Amino acid sequence: MKADLNLSGKDPASGPADVTPSRRVNVAASVRRGRPTVYTSYARDQAIWNTPAKLWWTVGLVVLAFAAPFLIAQDLTNLLALAAVYAIGGIGLNLLTGYAGQVSLGQAFFMAAGAYTAAVFGGESTRTVIGLGWDMALWLPLAAIVPGLLGLIVAPLAARVRGLYLATLTLGLVMIGQHVLNNWDALTGGAGIGRAPAEPVLFGVDLSKPVRVAGLLVTEQRALYLVSLVLLIVLAIAARNLARGKVGRAFAAVRDRDIAAEVMGVPLQRTKTAAFVISSAYAGVSGALLSVVIGRISPDRWNLLLSIDFLAIVLIGGVATISGSIMGACFVVLLPRALEDLTHAFPALTNDSGEIVGFTLDEVKTMLFGILIAAVIIVEPRGMYGLWLRIRNYFKAWPFSY
Amino acid sequence: MNELIETLIRGLGLGGLYSLIAVGFVIIFRSTGVLNFAQPVFMILGTYLSFTFVDSLGLPFWLAALSSVAAVAAIATACERIAMRPMVGRPAFSATLVTVGMFAAGLVVTTKLIDPDIITSGDPWGLRNFCLGGERGEATSGVQPCIGGITVNYTDIFKIVAAAVVVALLGLWLHRSRYGLAMRATAMDQEAAMAQGISAGRVFSLSWAIAGGLAAAGGVLLGASAGGVASSAALVALKALPAVIIGGLDSIKGAVVGSLIVGVAEALTKTYQPDVAPWLGANFDVVLPYVLMFAVLLVQPYGLYGTREVRRV
Repeated sequence: MKADLNLSGKDPASGPADVTPSRRVNVAASVRRGRPTVYTSYARDQAIWNTPAKLWWTVGLVVLAFAAPFLIAQDLTNLLALAAVYAIGGIGLNLLTGYAGQVSLGQAFFMAAGAYTAAVFGGESTRTVIGLGWDMALWLPLAAIVPGLLGLIVAPLAARVRGLYLATLTLGLVMIGQHVLNNWDALTGGAGIGRAPAEPVLFGVDLSKPVRVAGLLVTEQRALYLVSLVLLIVLAIAARNLARGKVGRAFAAVRDRDIAAEVMGVPLQRTKTAAFVISSAYAGVSGALLSVVIGRISPDRWNLLLSIDFLAIVLIGGVATISGSIMGACFVVLLPRALEDLTHAFPALTNDSGEIVGFTLDEVKTMLFGILIAAVIIVEPRGMYGLWLRIRNYFKAWPFSY
Repeated sequence: MNELIETLIRGLGLGGLYSLIAVGFVIIFRSTGVLNFAQPVFMILGTYLSFTFVDSLGLPFWLAALSSVAAVAAIATACERIAMRPMVGRPAFSATLVTVGMFAAGLVVTTKLIDPDIITSGDPWGLRNFCLGGERGEATSGVQPCIGGITVNYTDIFKIVAAAVVVALLGLWLHRSRYGLAMRATAMDQEAAMAQGISAGRVFSLSWAIAGGLAAAGGVLLGASAGGVASSAALVALKALPAVIIGGLDSIKGAVVGSLIVGVAEALTKTYQPDVAPWLGANFDVVLPYVLMFAVLLVQPYGLYGTREVRRV
């Protein structure tokens, strides 16, 4: 309240007579009229949706996201589900790498932990692999808890080392994880064979069977997409809340100057541990959902390139932004599809076997990611979020955009 | 006993290979504070170019090896100019991620160049070996076993000798030459070095050229193996990372020691682990370097010889 625009020129604390509550509201409303992006108090400054414009944008996008599967083709729905799942993992990595500044190449490891936790608790038992066949309401939280615990085990070591030592250490995690997965046949079905993931049965409702709800046909793809979307929204808001609260500020302090943070009373060890555990839990949920969306999982999927995909999401989307992670995930997941459509639209780009100058689409994708990671860091360190800010500010200042 | 000695020789050869790549990591890290994740690409490019020079141009092996080292050094310098120079003054972590991007993109290109062939670096030795203190037995499927003695592959001897010579020459050069002095000065304090008239940019280029050349030399050693290598062998270079971490990121001595530890430990594991500890799973030697790294970091967060970071507020 102390930050309400003080138009009378008097100090509101010393002159209580003319600052009645009703009056304050009126001042704020009159100041905001025709200027939807103005905010008039610290409380608003700290709010998740600090301007009404942002709130309406969010509501609109969420409504659109819920309507999308019923408007677009089935394979696109699947891709969108994948994008939502990648976004969850991207937000997790962004909390650790973007907000807390701990470079991690170990995302694939924690995602694998989540995927196989889900597969064990939610999958079916066969002659070769173990599975308990529990409900999704049980295996999904477990898929967050088990990787979180793994993060807790790794954290004491990870918090001891800094910077590039940490990057190498997490690279080691991925390599060791791959070895364990390749050899633990009862868990993974063995290298090159794989196993079926968890069953998507939520509160007793089998999502893999199409049902009709209020006249809308909910197929497996649509159901999985909607579940992923709801989780993404919940987890994104949770992450945003975390980032703007005490924990998030501690993260930022550790990232910007860890020793200065320590001097100011931020517990370094505990903050880094918290970042690791939370990020691992997000990765676990993402891994579990990913396994369900893609249908069958083999141990060699969880390799270094998957980790690099997630780094690409964080960097291309925008470091230390939640909306950036979501944009980055959409970009990374939809880019191959866009490339494919491009080759259909311009057949001259490809040769007879569907390759672009001798490279398959998958290879072009990986190469583009690599080049884009490098280019984005060099040219626009804030990523797609930064691009969006530039566009927004251009129109905000229009016609005086310099 | 013979088996142990054979294993140790193999391990030292492997350690020599790792040490070349590891020293490349350290040189770039010391001068720019960046960990160059593109080293695997430079390495496999070295193997490929050496193979191509011998195979299609018909150059002798030593000339092909030297040309491939020079070519990759030039490519590395170009990469530095294009991608790393704009990153001067930005956080080292961002610059490192640029090299991760280069790794992802470059790996696709090298895989495309090599697949589906199995290549050697065009070395003249192949499978040949000599028998120390034993007798040659009957040849079975073209290979004469060495009975009662120690089988030593010529390629292993080549690896050990080549790595030792290269690292020794480089060490000498870094300690004795003006450029070596300039590089050490820049590593110690960039601004002070620049105030003394050292061109930091040239030092960066030089360190990338050296690291690229070393990686290519490592690639030549990698290709000088019995059966040749596939494109996926590029990831072998990543095992130099734990070696560097074990030794300490900013110490050349540490890089060499770490590489030898990793190489020998890996060879020993490959020989004995399937019998001694089969429960660790097949191909455990591949992940052993990382396990060793974890163990060392638990005790020494800056590796064996790494400089403890002085932190100021």
